[in-house]
Amino acid sequence: MNKTDLLSLIPLWILSSAAILNFFSISIRRNHKVIFIITLVSLLVDFIFLTSYSFHHQQAIEPLLVIDGFGVFNIGLILLTTLLVVMMSYAYFEQREERKEEYYILIILAALGSCILVISKHFASLFLGLEILSVSLYALIAYLRKRERSDEAGIKYLILAAFSSAFLLFGMALLYAATGTMSFQGLADWLASNREVSPLVWCGFGMFTVGVGFKLGVVPFHMWTPDVYEGAPAPVTAFIATVSKGGMIALLVRFFTMVQGHQLTLLVTVFTVLAVASMFVGNFLALRQSNVKRLLAYSSIAHVGYLLVAFLAGGELGTQAISFYLVAYFITTLGAFGIMATLSDKERDAEELEDYRGLLWRRPLTAIIFSAMLLSLAGIPMTAGFIGKFYVIAAGVRTSHWFLVFALAINSVIGLYYYIRIIAVMFDQGQSVRTSEALHPLVYIMSSFTMALLGLMLIWLGVHPEEMLTLIRNTL
Amino acid sequence: MILLWMIFILMAGGILAGIVAAWSTVACRVIALVSITLDMVLITGVWMGQDVSTAPGTTWIADLNLPWIPSFGISFHLALDGLSLLMLALTFFLGIFAVLLSWKEIQYRTGFFHFNLLWVLAGIAGVFVTMDLFLLYFFWEVMLIPMYFLIGIWGHANRQYAAYKFFIFTQASGLLMLLAILGLYFVHGNQTSVYTFDYFSLLETPMSPDVARWLMLGFLAAFLVKLPVVPFHTWLPDAHSEAPTAGSFILAGLMLKTGAYGLIRFALPLFPESAVEFGPWGMLLGTVGIIYGAVQAFSQTDLKRLVAYTSVSHMGFVMLGVFAFTEMALQGVVMQMITHAISTGALFVLAGALYERIHTRDILQMGGFWKRTPFMATVSLIFVMASLGLPGLGNFIAEFLTLMGSWSASPVLTAIATAGLVAATAYSLRIMQKIFLGKDAHTHVLPDLSLREKLVLVPMAIAIIVLGLFPQRIIDTAQTTVEKSDNNHTTTPVPARGMLSVKGGNHE
Repeated sequence: MNKTDLLSLIPLWILSSAAILNFFSISIRRNHKVIFIITLVSLLVDFIFLTSYSFHHQQAIEPLLVIDGFGVFNIGLILLTTLLVVMMSYAYFEQREERKEEYYILIILAALGSCILVISKHFASLFLGLEILSVSLYALIAYLRKRERSDEAGIKYLILAAFSSAFLLFGMALLYAATGTMSFQGLADWLASNREVSPLVWCGFGMFTVGVGFKLGVVPFHMWTPDVYEGAPAPVTAFIATVSKGGMIALLVRFFTMVQGHQLTLLVTVFTVLAVASMFVGNFLALRQSNVKRLLAYSSIAHVGYLLVAFLAGGELGTQAISFYLVAYFITTLGAFGIMATLSDKERDAEELEDYRGLLWRRPLTAIIFSAMLLSLAGIPMTAGFIGKFYVIAAGVRTSHWFLVFALAINSVIGLYYYIRIIAVMFDQGQSVRTSEALHPLVYIMSSFTMALLGLMLIWLGVHPEEMLTLIRNTL
Repeated sequence: MILLWMIFILMAGGILAGIVAAWSTVACRVIALVSITLDMVLITGVWMGQDVSTAPGTTWIADLNLPWIPSFGISFHLALDGLSLLMLALTFFLGIFAVLLSWKEIQYRTGFFHFNLLWVLAGIAGVFVTMDLFLLYFFWEVMLIPMYFLIGIWGHANRQYAAYKFFIFTQASGLLMLLAILGLYFVHGNQTSVYTFDYFSLLETPMSPDVARWLMLGFLAAFLVKLPVVPFHTWLPDAHSEAPTAGSFILAGLMLKTGAYGLIRFALPLFPESAVEFGPWGMLLGTVGIIYGAVQAFSQTDLKRLVAYTSVSHMGFVMLGVFAFTEMALQGVVMQMITHAISTGALFVLAGALYERIHTRDILQMGGFWKRTPFMATVSLIFVMASLGLPGLGNFIAEFLTLMGSWSASPVLTAIATAGLVAATAYSLRIMQKIFLGKDAHTHVLPDLSLREKLVLVPMAIAIIVLGLFPQRIIDTAQTTVEKSDNNHTTTPVPARGMLSVKGGNHE
């Protein structure tokens, strides 16, 4: 490993050192504010370094990692998302758990895992990243340990994620046994030279798909999603929905592009089935929810289905569509769960539909931002979600995946129904009695600032997406 | 630039009205009124300043083309020709009344109401002038959400259901249009390697008949649901009857017209051959709509539902005329769009006024109101007569031209459609009879129209009479658009220039 390799890895170094710095800081004195600031600053510095150095020095670090445009873009996205999650976490944890400092260590490590995931080009680094991410998430989900649901969700995620990791590992082992290589490129070469794909390889791909499917929460591997979304603290839910799932999608895109998975018709068929099933099952189950967190969980299943449409469309347009959709979806999801976090109180999160009744008349700005987020999820113009959906549909139409595109259109309508339902509840005149006790005003200012920022980004991307489109085109 | 201003004024006015309402609801209403009036003045200025009919070569009165999302070939392209001009004028004309109508009725969340109202109008105005298909979809959606809120928040008892139904119907059909737009985009792009959503570039896209058929169906889905055409009309009676007065007024007067406009501007010119192929079916659907709407209207007891079904019937004429592919029929359609907007809109205003006074929409509980409200009764008579197509009023010209124009395309269907006029007489007279005639066995306090209501209804009554007596100005204004749209269909027999267009000069 030479000097340039080391320099290229600095974004990962910064994250690791931030985690260690937080360790030391806690061992000297517990102070929420200090830890929070260390975390914020390190994420910011990391992002600045990424945009100023890594972006211009793209290279592969053999044999495990590759820092290319796609990777840098996704790391940037992960860092910014984590930054926003951290910003909304401060207010949320300030009024809860006594020991809140370790949370930041865990979230930094989870982000690190996700960063490794999006730049890995080898099974070893893939697994390494995935495990760093997952192990941190186990603890994060159960972080509010006094809550019953939190523990349940943590255990559930632990068991299922461990299972899926095992599947993934087995799949990799099978692929290694058959092909003798663990790098994506090696696999691609092997596939190119062997027209006949043996059952062992299919088996390996199958297991791999199961493992990935679990992490993405696609139907039929989606069972954990609603429970975990419901049980985890709102900021952690936001993190799972964005960084964890997004990292996995990015990995899948890289893997498929490198091994040219679009030529493996069986695999494509499997993913088509997964996509369509996710869209329909996710949306239909969401229709029946009265718990907003669970509703968003099912909607996220459907959204992964939409993403898979662009993924299956493939090609340059498909990858661009995925990148844009991820940006839009990240903003939207962060906004939605962020609002939920700001409305939550000491005892429980604001997750019941009733908590939102008449919100527009109690807290107009919050309600308007939340409505904008929901409309973006539904893909209504003037929001980022619309351009994202438009991009995905364009990618699908381009490659004539009419079946998938129609499924997406039908599902958009179904989805609209339950998003609109939440908005209708918020606009209802009934008064809810819930009030949360007052905190330091600075806390509110910060949450409001984060939410306003997300709201503005959402509208900006929806009305004027040109810059983001150009950025995506240039990086990929 | 003036086009952008018109839309911008509405949107900015909406936001301003929404904010100001926190301090003063009157100021909010005044701001809404002023912004629409300002637009009305602008469009009148354009209309007066430009004699459209005399310059056949230059159809486009105003054109604005700004890059928006160049990576996709999306531009902010607005343009104004005769048809758009008429539609815009209609939009602002009715928009002013919509604000006046809500002056007393809407006391709850006034700011948000006017925000929605102005944004619906902005969306509708946008649809009427957009020349970029992406932008078309954009505006198409922009008018939906505020309308959903107008129905869902300020509507009558069953408003939630109606709002959902309206939203899901229009949204689903809109998405099909989006798919078709994207299909067209890639078909055009693959052949010319110019990827653009620009209407004028896409006009001459060569494609196989099969592809054209499918893509046209996508566009038709959106427009036919919006129009609405039987059997896609079921959202309409619910939405119309549950919406507040201004909501029904905008729905009937303007939103249905976006469907008709879309057919004339987009569906026909973009897919000329497939449209001709679909022609007989379109005419059939139109005729079915005319008869079905009339029969349904006759059997309603809810006044607003009744008027809603008359819309279905009247929009059948639009369908019939559009797919007859004759210049005269198209002129009739344009006329129908305007006169129906005014006459049906006015009937909704009257229904709203009655509801405000006696709190019911059930016509069985009304009767003999003529003595107590002579002014209202007289005005109602004018609009009811317009609705049944009495000569001298605007609707007659529209239906007459449509039927004349359709005859050459299909005598049988035209004959059946003409029978629809008889049915129209039946349901229209029933309105008069049940509400204003008969025995007055009620004890309601029933004041006659207030000054504000007169301010709305009298100009509309004048408009419908003027349109009936002097339709030439409208016909001339739409002439170039209609000619152009019609020239695309050389396969069908085109009769000599429409009678009224030739002789019409004498009227003025």
